[in-house]
Amino acid sequence: MTDSTTTQTTTSSGRTLRTEEMIINMGPQHPATHGVLRLELVVDGEIVHEVIPHIGYLHRCFEKHCEHMTNYQQVIPYVDRMDYCAAMNNEFSYVVAAERLLKIEVPERVQYIRVIMAELNRIASHLIAIGTYGIDIGAFTPFLYCFIDREMILNLFEMTCGARLLYNYMWIGGLSHDLPPEFAPKTKEFCTYYRKRIEEFNNLLTFNKIFVKRTANVGVLPKDVAINYGCSGPMLRGSGVDWDLRRDDPYSVYNKIEWEVCVGKGEMGTVGDCWDRHIVRMREMEQSLIIIEQALAQLPEGDVQAAIPKRIRPNPGEVYARTESPRGELGFYIVSDGTATPYRVKGRAPAFSNLSVIGEISRGAMIADMIAIAGSTDIVLGEVDR
Amino acid sequence: MTSQEIFDRLNAQFGAVSDAGIESKLDAPVDPCIKVSTTHLKSIALFLRDDEELQFEHCSCLSGVDLKGKFAVVYQLASLTRKHKITIRVEVPADAPTVPSLESVWKTANWHEREAFDMFGIVFTGHPDLRRILMPYDWEGHPLRKDYQVPEFYNGMRVPY
Repeated sequence: MTDSTTTQTTTSSGRTLRTEEMIINMGPQHPATHGVLRLELVVDGEIVHEVIPHIGYLHRCFEKHCEHMTNYQQVIPYVDRMDYCAAMNNEFSYVVAAERLLKIEVPERVQYIRVIMAELNRIASHLIAIGTYGIDIGAFTPFLYCFIDREMILNLFEMTCGARLLYNYMWIGGLSHDLPPEFAPKTKEFCTYYRKRIEEFNNLLTFNKIFVKRTANVGVLPKDVAINYGCSGPMLRGSGVDWDLRRDDPYSVYNKIEWEVCVGKGEMGTVGDCWDRHIVRMREMEQSLIIIEQALAQLPEGDVQAAIPKRIRPNPGEVYARTESPRGELGFYIVSDGTATPYRVKGRAPAFSNLSVIGEISRGAMIADMIAIAGSTDIVLGEVDR
Repeated sequence: MTSQEIFDRLNAQFGAVSDAGIESKLDAPVDPCIKVSTTHLKSIALFLRDDEELQFEHCSCLSGVDLKGKFAVVYQLASLTRKHKITIRVEVPADAPTVPSLESVWKTANWHEREAFDMFGIVFTGHPDLRRILMPYDWEGHPLRKDYQVPEFYNGMRVPY
């Protein structure tokens, strides 16, 4: 860093600027960075030569906190706050990891309820992603449509566990509450209603000419680059890689449900452009509805708290469990030393890896397109910084 | 491929190399794991990525662990084509924590190694840009070390609250 009286001549990564280049900071206080992210742009006029992301503004020592809990269960509220747009999916991943470490078999009813909740939360999270993406591009109305629908999902969550954003709903071995009787009919109602809304939304935003012009052929992420950078979720599938952990490394009861993995095909431009990532999210929501309906139909009876262990003290060992969160591969690496406190917890956040590729795909882009590219990666900084 | 087959394949390639230190931890209580030494880490990683039968093209996660007296770096690898996964582990002494960087093998290691450096002070040799990533650039100490003491002040502000 240089003081304000001199002009900055090197980038943070140590490269010396050429005469025609200058540095512009996008963020940390910028409405289109979806949180507190600073992008250091090295630009020549309107053309971006290099992007250096600076993260950590939202670092809350999640991993350090975990090592100071009195038991494994206490970590769950912290896990909620990693990716606050999809708290259910985060809990899901953590409890899967902890249960594998403890070698607990979870009742079928719990498994199905978890899948329903995770898929509902996936829709809610994608709704924020596509809604705010519309705003980034300059379409305000779709955002309001998204929030009306998201509200319905939050009502379902509130009905079940009392919380609307951070649930602490999935516990190790079970759930905090069983479903209320009115949950199933209300959810079915929502599925029927929402299917029509997706169509409406597609007409409003996805196939809108201006939107297509702003996103097609922009920020193209080739297949091999996506894999090498560890991208996952809609970022990876948008580049045409047919990979979804729910199908390819099944956990919980996803192997008992039939659905399809959606991949980008380059319908409007090149495979792996911003539009492809957007359409993958749109189609994934339809698939989530299919999963929810099947899970509701197959939902067995049972006690959701039967398998909750009285005393959580895993044997020494290490586990890495990964699940498909709305943003991609969410993994928890947990090391146990045989005591009641986790020895080490590492959260492998999908947005962390997805964000690291941004420098690669925005080289040579216009500054205005930077917004489109950053929005299409759908990052949640709470998860990136942990 | 099962973990045993992956280990056999790796052992067939590197077992004869005296300081590769390939050690099977497949009987570990939960996740099977292969321990290797840092000397040939990069060539082992390249083999794992490029071998026709292994094809570990995706590095899921890279974590540092403080084992009190030594540090471990744990790599979770996955293959999207072959649909198998494996854990690779290296251990280095705490007084000289250097591990060769795998940034050139998997680009995703770039940020993950920066994080391990930031949190544990593990130095990844050959990393193109080893800066702190989550903590401020002028922060002192490496917070996830077990013997870490929180500094009293940071730029004149009281840290413990």
